[in-house]
Amino acid sequence: MSLRYLASRLVQGLFVLWVAFTLSFFLLYWLPGDPIIAMLGAGGELQSYDSAEVARLRAEFHLDQPLIVQYLFALGDLLCFDLGTSIQAGTPVTEAIATALPSTLALAASALVIALVVGTAIAVAATLTRRPWLRDTLAALPGLGVALPTFWVGLMLLQIFSFRLPLLPAVGTGSPAAIVLPAVTLAIPLSAIIAQVLFRSLQNAWIHPFVTTFRASGYTRLRLLLRQALPVALLPALTMGGVLFGQALAGSVVVENVFSRQGLGRLAQTAVAGQDIPLVQGIVLFAAAVFVLVNLITDLSYPLLDPRLRDAGRTVEKKDSGTFAEAAGNEGARP
Amino acid sequence: MSVATELQKNNLNEVVEAGGLHRFTSAVGASRIGIVEVIAIIVLGLAALAALWPGLLTSVDPLTGDPAVRLLPPSAEHVFGTDQLGRDVFSRTVHGSAQTLAASLAAVLIGVGVGVLIGLLSGFFSGVLDAVFMRIVDVLQAVPGLLLSMAVITALGFGTLNVAVAVGVAAVPSFARLTRAEVTRWRSTEFVRASRADGLSAASVLARHILPQVRGPIVALLALEFGSAVLAVSALSFLGFGAPPPQPEWGLLVSEGRDFLAAAWWMTTFPGLVVAAVVLAANRLSHAVNSEKGF
Repeated sequence: MSLRYLASRLVQGLFVLWVAFTLSFFLLYWLPGDPIIAMLGAGGELQSYDSAEVARLRAEFHLDQPLIVQYLFALGDLLCFDLGTSIQAGTPVTEAIATALPSTLALAASALVIALVVGTAIAVAATLTRRPWLRDTLAALPGLGVALPTFWVGLMLLQIFSFRLPLLPAVGTGSPAAIVLPAVTLAIPLSAIIAQVLFRSLQNAWIHPFVTTFRASGYTRLRLLLRQALPVALLPALTMGGVLFGQALAGSVVVENVFSRQGLGRLAQTAVAGQDIPLVQGIVLFAAAVFVLVNLITDLSYPLLDPRLRDAGRTVEKKDSGTFAEAAGNEGARP
Repeated sequence: MSVATELQKNNLNEVVEAGGLHRFTSAVGASRIGIVEVIAIIVLGLAALAALWPGLLTSVDPLTGDPAVRLLPPSAEHVFGTDQLGRDVFSRTVHGSAQTLAASLAAVLIGVGVGVLIGLLSGFFSGVLDAVFMRIVDVLQAVPGLLLSMAVITALGFGTLNVAVAVGVAAVPSFARLTRAEVTRWRSTEFVRASRADGLSAASVLARHILPQVRGPIVALLALEFGSAVLAVSALSFLGFGAPPPQPEWGLLVSEGRDFLAAAWWMTTFPGLVVAAVVLAANRLSHAVNSEKGF
């Protein structure tokens, strides 16, 4: 892999972030509401505020300047990794995100691990089985997992495992057991995506000539699948990495609400509820940055995983992601 | 003109043959119109009935409660039970379908309208326009759908209509990408080039020759996106960004029931099940349309 390729990918990623920043800035700051009034306690009783204080704050946040000047100020701050100040909390946005991140990261990581195990198991079992009814049942599971509303699944699990059979704690961030139910809830749509994509690419790998060759030379189906077909099938599934992270992040909004956990999703919800524009923009940018970063890592790890690409020095010729299958995989799993 | 249609037919045959492999892998043991599709159509039909003429399914008022019958479990009289104010949960679910389904439909229409337009222009007039549109689509796809919708809600404010717009914006990229991919596939085919040579304008080639080819895949995606929109709309109203509380709305109903999770399981279980059933039905239909078109 050439350095030039790496650099061009980096520039592309930064470009996407810049466009994301610009779009979100003009969307959010072109607002009817007044964030300063909101910050001073809302309510709409304008006369009760000291107008000098309002003017001072407005100047402090550059809100008295024309929009384009505000934009340039914000862009300049962004270059120094400064996302502005949360209007509600009065703390820097980067600090608010950094405080909320560990809890969400733990949740997302446990959910991804569960999803990876369950999703792979479903795809492998559906490919291996010779019983049509079992294969059809397993192949239908992802569709079901994607259709269940995340908030409802969470409440159902709470009902069964915390209230009916008091096995697991209902709320909170404290004990290690408290992460089980939220992680399982979040893992359901994720495992559905993984199972769907992996099942499809396993079937494609299964009809490769090399599989027939191995079969003819006496490999058992299980060994053939695990040793030969799975590595080939995992490559296309890897492109889902960015989408999976994004889904985990978006899902955390709902899951953290249901289980009263602290974290990034919770932060996003309160930010939207309180029209805390800098914080909303910061979280949106953070999500975009994570997506760009994960995709970059995926792209760069391709040649390491696929020997065919190592010497060629180029990335896998990516299918146009506008195919129906991709759209289905990407879009089917909103919480 | 006849040359163009003949070529169009040839092209279709080729695509169907090339799609054979894909069909083999994607339609796992599925017959085209089976019992599952019939159930899916019935579920969606009932949901549409509830949205358009709720009076046909229930005569109970969704907003006034009778304190004497509060928190009753499901029975013959109250199929889904009653809530903390003695309101009938079944009636509230039926009356809530109008809000949720109308918002989801509006969202999908926004998504398909804007997305297909971007995709058509982007795919047909490649170049600067294509590059600009696709970078914007890249960004819309880089932010997870729910967060994108929440950002739009921050700008527009709360309410069912704003939720619909927000979910619609999040649906734009998948329609734009699908349309663009299909248009680029058809643009260089012989029948399109032949009709251009016949002297047809770009607009009429797009409308008369390319759009009909793109329609099938878009209809399949439409059904799928409708399911996602129902999920997104109810998730956003569950989070409290939709209609204000006295209104019945599916996500809101589930959210109202969470304080009574231990005491009244029916308040959360049934509205959620209805959401899941509608989404599942839409997804099944999308799958059926998709495998019928053979791509």
